[in-house]
Amino acid sequence: MRFERRDRPSRALSVLAPLGAIMAALLVAGVLIATAGANPLTAYALILDGAFGSRLGFSETLTRTTPLILTGLAAAVAFRARVWNIGGEGQFYLGALAVAAIGMVPALAGLPAPLAILICAAAGAVAGMVLLLVPLGLRLRFGVDEVVTTLLLNFVAVLFVSLMIEGPMKDPLAFGWPQSVPIPDNAILPTLMDRTRLHAGLLIALALAVAVWWVQARSVFGLGARAAGLSPRAAAFAGVPLARTLLLVGCLSGGLAGLAGAVEVMGVKAYVTTDLSPNYGYSGIVIAMLANLNPLGVIAAALFSAVMFVGADSMSRALSIPSYIADVTVALSLLTMLVAIFLTQYRIRR
Amino acid sequence: MSVIFDILAAVGLWEAVLRIATPLIFGTLGVLLCERVGVLNLGIEGIMTFGAMVGWLTVYSGGDLWTGMAAAALGGAAFGLLHAILTVPLGLSQHVTGLGITLFASSFAYYVFRLAVPVATSPPTVEPFRPLDVFGLADLPVVGPVLFGQTAPTYLALALVVVLAWVIYRTPLGLALRMAGENPHALDAQGVDPIRLRIWAIMAGSALMAMGGAFLTLAAFNSFFPTMVQGRGWICVALVVFASWRPGRALLGALLFAFFDAFQLRLQTVVDGVPYQLFLMAPYLLSILALIVMARRARVPQALMQPYRRGER
Repeated sequence: MRFERRDRPSRALSVLAPLGAIMAALLVAGVLIATAGANPLTAYALILDGAFGSRLGFSETLTRTTPLILTGLAAAVAFRARVWNIGGEGQFYLGALAVAAIGMVPALAGLPAPLAILICAAAGAVAGMVLLLVPLGLRLRFGVDEVVTTLLLNFVAVLFVSLMIEGPMKDPLAFGWPQSVPIPDNAILPTLMDRTRLHAGLLIALALAVAVWWVQARSVFGLGARAAGLSPRAAAFAGVPLARTLLLVGCLSGGLAGLAGAVEVMGVKAYVTTDLSPNYGYSGIVIAMLANLNPLGVIAAALFSAVMFVGADSMSRALSIPSYIADVTVALSLLTMLVAIFLTQYRIRR
Repeated sequence: MSVIFDILAAVGLWEAVLRIATPLIFGTLGVLLCERVGVLNLGIEGIMTFGAMVGWLTVYSGGDLWTGMAAAALGGAAFGLLHAILTVPLGLSQHVTGLGITLFASSFAYYVFRLAVPVATSPPTVEPFRPLDVFGLADLPVVGPVLFGQTAPTYLALALVVVLAWVIYRTPLGLALRMAGENPHALDAQGVDPIRLRIWAIMAGSALMAMGGAFLTLAAFNSFFPTMVQGRGWICVALVVFASWRPGRALLGALLFAFFDAFQLRLQTVVDGVPYQLFLMAPYLLSILALIVMARRARVPQALMQPYRRGER
């Protein structure tokens, strides 16, 4: 058995690949559910029902989709240029912390709401950028592989958040719980549905997905970034300024991940804790791959992950299947997606 | 200053060094073996988590400690096989596949753990490996407990360093392993299938990683809980760069690292006014520093992260 590269990957296969990958992941997860003594079909029906079956479930799913779109975009833009930003989790937390810090400035409360929101969002994005520019700078200057450094910085970032919310940024009114001082009301994003947590951050995330798609597909910078990823030497030969392009990609990627944290604080929590993110940063990597690094595909992939996470919570209450099955399924779909992408590019010959 | 001398003079510090180093030694040897044949294995964090869970679960459900270790190694090898199939014959991105393995292995471990222990206020413990008394020398002052009073897996880890160094530098198998990571085409020309060799090496390396994880539950913490590996796997990946892909230096790196970790743990308790989070950050920052120092000097296996396809250049 050997593999032979297809001359051109077929369109139909590229569209079917993510669906096939998700089906395969659900199949394996179904075996795990069955081993635990429940009917997989019942479980999946309950997951769908939990995610879409009620107004509350539906709004929760979309609330959960919002940060996942942003962290998914962060990974997608970076991976496209072969910048291995695995630090989305840390950038998310630092972005969130920056918003909480700005929120403590008394002058912010006096500003009109749109301006306050803009300032907070910018602060979050910049914080995320800074955390990615450190490892990226180390790669460009010293040749240090950014995979391990971004991974290690995730732990540093969360410890830093913990340090701040137990120290200078601790909310004195939180009965001793380590959480930051809540941000003022004028920096809170408006809600989209009454009596739910769904907030305008979803619109920001959707708009950014379109914007990132446009930049990647239609701009000179986007072309340069893709070229830098496909072949740095060829790109440099064609006149792409490599270091500058990679730094800009880093700003975009880190900024998006930081913004995800900022939006989560401004839209959902109003304060920061060290459990603000249920692995949004790491899930972003899966989402980017499921979307085959396409920014518009990220929206669909983020929705899939959100459905799994929100649905599995209510399913696990009904069937006593651990809700970790959602994490298993999403992680599996990353692996099956990798194989599916491979099959769109190669055919198997005997 | 006297505080620092007090810490350095305490036997407890030196006793802790080998204990803290043990999972790192297993892990770095595992990473080293995978990377020597040219494959990055970022699955380590998840494989260690899975090893920790399987080791614990085996002992918790009545197996003995070495059965737990063996079960962890088998589980690790299984995930290694998955990583190997995806990255070696299929040649998929080693970065993304490894991360996928980490996410899958750790969430699978948590899933199985929750099935076995549905609700528990405190994680159930097992009877761990006991400190040995090697050659009856554990009662010697200072060196006794430090060198001769460790648990059995620690000595296994130390022995593995010697074995791996011997295999890599002194045997035909080691020559083939190194060639698979430096120039697989040349290896193929010699009549050894690089693909098959890479798969076996990744499985063996992953088994070592899982044993490092099992050490955490079977000799250090006595129980399993989610997120217990705490980036140790990533630290191992950094240590292998620091060690320039050499087993002896990997041991040195792990020991140095463990020394600093043991030292900061003790400093934390005696120094007032410094937030404890700064101490906890130290290991991660130290790893990054080690990477910066060694980045230019390290001799990377030439075919690292390059998939091998016969007839393709």
